[in-house]
Amino acid sequence: MTIDLKTIKHISKLSRISIDDEKAKKLAGDMNSIFDFIEKLNELNTDNVEPLTSVAETTLKLRADEVKSKDIRDQILKNSPEENKDFFVVPRVVE
Amino acid sequence: MTKDNSEYLIERYNNIYEVVIGLEVHAQITSNSKLFSSSSTTFGAEPNTQVSLVDAAFPGMLPVINEYCVKQAIKTGIGLKAQINKRSVFDRKNYFYADLPQGYQISQFKFPIVGEGTVILDMPNGPKEVGIERLHLEQDAGKSIHDMDPQNTLVDLNRSGVALMEIVSKPDMRTPDEVSAYVKKLRSIMRYLGTCDGNMQEGSLRADVNISVRIKGSDVLGTRCEIKNVNSIKFMQMAIDYESNRQVDLIQEGKTIDQETRLFDTKKNETRSMRSKEDAHDYRYFPDPDLLPLEVTDEFIEKLKADIPELPDDKKKRFIDKYKVSPYEATILVSDIDTAKYFEEVVAKMGKNLDIKLAVNWITSELFAVLNNKNLEISQSPISSKNLSKLINLIKNGTISGKIAKTIFELMMDGDQDPQKIVEEKGLKQESDPKALEALIDKIINDNREKAIEYKQGKEKLFGFFVGQAMKVSGGKANPQLINEILKKKL
Amino acid sequence: MSDIISLTLVDLVKNIKDKKISSEETTKAFIDRGEKSRNLNTYITEDFSNALLKAKAFDQKPNFNLKLPGIPMAVKDLFCTNGVKTTAGSKILNNFIPPYESTVTQNIWNEGAILLGKLNCDEFAMGSSNETSFFGNVQSPIDKDLVPGGSSGGSASALAANITPITIGTDTGGSIRQPASFTGTVGLKPTYGSCSRYGIVAFASSLDQAGPMSKNVKDCALLQEIISTYDDKDSTSIDFKRNAYSKELTNNIKGKKIGIPNEYRVDGMPKEIEDLWSKGIEYAKDCGAKIVEISLPHTNYALPTYYIVAPAEASSNLARYDGVKYGFRSKGENLIDMYEKTRSEGFGEEVQRRIMIGTYVLSSGYYDAYYLKAQKVRKLIKNDFDEAYKKVDAIITPSTPSAAFKIGEKTNDPVSMYLNDIFTVPVNLAGLPAISIPAGVDAKGYPLGLQIIGKAFDEQNILNIAYAMEEKIEFKNKITDWWIK
Repeated sequence: MTIDLKTIKHISKLSRISIDDEKAKKLAGDMNSIFDFIEKLNELNTDNVEPLTSVAETTLKLRADEVKSKDIRDQILKNSPEENKDFFVVPRVVE
Repeated sequence: MTKDNSEYLIERYNNIYEVVIGLEVHAQITSNSKLFSSSSTTFGAEPNTQVSLVDAAFPGMLPVINEYCVKQAIKTGIGLKAQINKRSVFDRKNYFYADLPQGYQISQFKFPIVGEGTVILDMPNGPKEVGIERLHLEQDAGKSIHDMDPQNTLVDLNRSGVALMEIVSKPDMRTPDEVSAYVKKLRSIMRYLGTCDGNMQEGSLRADVNISVRIKGSDVLGTRCEIKNVNSIKFMQMAIDYESNRQVDLIQEGKTIDQETRLFDTKKNETRSMRSKEDAHDYRYFPDPDLLPLEVTDEFIEKLKADIPELPDDKKKRFIDKYKVSPYEATILVSDIDTAKYFEEVVAKMGKNLDIKLAVNWITSELFAVLNNKNLEISQSPISSKNLSKLINLIKNGTISGKIAKTIFELMMDGDQDPQKIVEEKGLKQESDPKALEALIDKIINDNREKAIEYKQGKEKLFGFFVGQAMKVSGGKANPQLINEILKKKL
Repeated sequence: MSDIISLTLVDLVKNIKDKKISSEETTKAFIDRGEKSRNLNTYITEDFSNALLKAKAFDQKPNFNLKLPGIPMAVKDLFCTNGVKTTAGSKILNNFIPPYESTVTQNIWNEGAILLGKLNCDEFAMGSSNETSFFGNVQSPIDKDLVPGGSSGGSASALAANITPITIGTDTGGSIRQPASFTGTVGLKPTYGSCSRYGIVAFASSLDQAGPMSKNVKDCALLQEIISTYDDKDSTSIDFKRNAYSKELTNNIKGKKIGIPNEYRVDGMPKEIEDLWSKGIEYAKDCGAKIVEISLPHTNYALPTYYIVAPAEASSNLARYDGVKYGFRSKGENLIDMYEKTRSEGFGEEVQRRIMIGTYVLSSGYYDAYYLKAQKVRKLIKNDFDEAYKKVDAIITPSTPSAAFKIGEKTNDPVSMYLNDIFTVPVNLAGLPAISIPAGVDAKGYPLGLQIIGKAFDEQNILNIAYAMEEKIEFKNKITDWWIK
């Protein structure tokens, strides 16, 4: 299997990482060699195997419905790249 | 062709199309704190003051699920007579947006907490069943504000992480009225259960409407479009109307319908495509590795079942059996849990003068008119059930006439006043002393001699004139029944 | 005391408790060593002046009941530290100052330790050589231009160079054990769910686990008993009975059954690794352990599985770095343009590559073929260990397929770089604990490690085996201070 440039561009779009053609070509090369070695998995028949999503053999703990977090707006916004005391700010979105 | 008015069909030349509608309702769960964080869910707070490090997706922050939200979802499932899944899995739905701080929404994709169920709609031409496909838990997004700053979009994350139930119906609805009835019924069930306040203005209840059209009689589904985030029943109906006609027109022109997400523009009353195709979404769902599968026991579910209150369908049946109200009246009375509660309070307080018909009438006509006018919920009614029952009692025991009652009703609204007190203070007690009334009528007949003679000569229409005079002179307080009797005797 | 910096943690604690040295003296000694060693590039952020203030404060009101009384230490820059810049080795988090503390580091400060600073690491812990850090390579104190391993390369290097008496790293596919092996130090990857992930910058949530890195097994046991706590802020934290590992540490491992997995004899394994392994088996026998041949048939599939699961989770975990809430932002014409430029300029090459792999294996049409397949194979790999542990108490393997390599040697060949993790990755996939201890050197004198893998929650057992073998091996790290002019 080969991953072509079009696929690379599509993935970069989904990942929200812009890449130029040169970078795309290099990525295609790298990814193809990585997937060549990943293809090894196809040697295995896994039809009747249950997928494993977590090794933590326990059930989900449930927390009580209590408001514990206070107003920490200043702390939340402090690291924000665009300064504003009330909001996060992003370039204008037009719907 | 003649149309049954319960049908909603679109005709173009010789083709008759029916509309197939399914709904994805997003209902905000009533809870103190968010689905995966301990910040408050209170509506209308200052921007970004109810945001925890988890809600703002700070590095290394992890979700921990709120038990109450799980219970609320299961209770809703029980209310929808649905399958409760003892094991469900949280997945990540991956996409980038300004008000989605994690870059993914935690939702349930393959294994939802609630499976198939049903909702029964009370349509004018009989009950109609709508299938529920599933109900799953997910996080709400924050809010993007586009109109406060000319250059930028501002983001408020107060809503980010609030628990939502997405309730997906089967494509079982065919008319805008059914859609309206469905949303109202869902809302009613959730309000009975206390799982969602159903407040559409505050956005606690919103819906994505899936619409397709097909030639009537066909059993193949057409290509559907999804109208995103419609936040009122009226808009849903308008969107269905516009969108189904748009689709029919496309088919008639021999064009194809693209399966896509559309937006309903409430100002222009039209739907339009939201996302260009080249930017098609691929949400890359996968199980959230920060969370484990959610497992609940039979015991956990049984405990919740024991907590389920009487739901609208059962209450309706009981009202018909117990109070002998008509199915139509029962439907109205049970549609909202607070209305049903109010009705039963009025009934309970009326005691020996109990008159169900009168109570129903006063609630569904006079009180509803006021609430409608003032845009209030019955829980905010300016007149308490206690005082309304007193008022009805005053009518029943002959203290006041129905007409005076309406006047008193108006006065009661100013601070939920006791009708008995108003009657006393304003002297509105009905005059039922025969002697006093005879004196009053004697005076009227005396003052209108000529008319009395005309009446006696056969101009019976004038009887009404005398009644009117008696009411006018008594300031409306004269007992109308006695006036009639005395007038007949004296004339 | 001139050799404060070469003392083990346990000895440092003893000296401080006996009032032979103060916290201030100790802290000063490590700061001084750190300042002299800047060309190893182990620190991303030094917090020296605060450390000194805290040390002085400790000395004024000492509490010797604590397990780490006034002990200075530096930690991997993947742990969020309240008020101290945390970068995860990335430009995209440059200047990020967390207003919170990770549970693991909080546990350490609660026992009296003092933060010296934040240690270099591969960007978002993605790397095996510390060469992907935005803040530059880390030099190994073992030799000039040698990688210290990764991703906890700064931690391993600082520890081996006596810049910190002990440290913590994180291990997603070998990021504690491989650098420990490369630098002649001890590194433990605990059972998944043993140490809280709260406040640790996430790489792959189902694999990430924090753990101690130390100069010997006893120090390792002590730090493990401090950092391993049940935490209700992490839904995958497991509530099990945690030992006082250092107190219960014993070199008596008589009768323990130790498995040797045949499948770890991979093609092209250097003879010196094979010899090391054989030597290790002999040491274990000397300690009274019984050696049992076992089979872990799906070992060869672990690395391909890992390179699907870890990037898939990472692609989603790293979606939050979008220039909106914190960290680096690039100017964009609109929201999408801002996202794409921010992430293109903010993430380094390896991180971008892994995000792309992860996005690809989760994308529509490929999910079943890759992601689901990998999850199923992961199950088979775990089953292998479950089967093996019916017969044995622990498993011994080499930690890495080779000794440390030169900086730049593998940067252009991602697959050969990934192959470094071949012995460590299966352990993460199965969620098991494993410790790497130094056991010998290669022809160039570079350290080599042995890995002891345990049953889930059986940290005490592998610590005991490591402790017993450590006594037999008598490994001495040769550090020449070549970087100090």
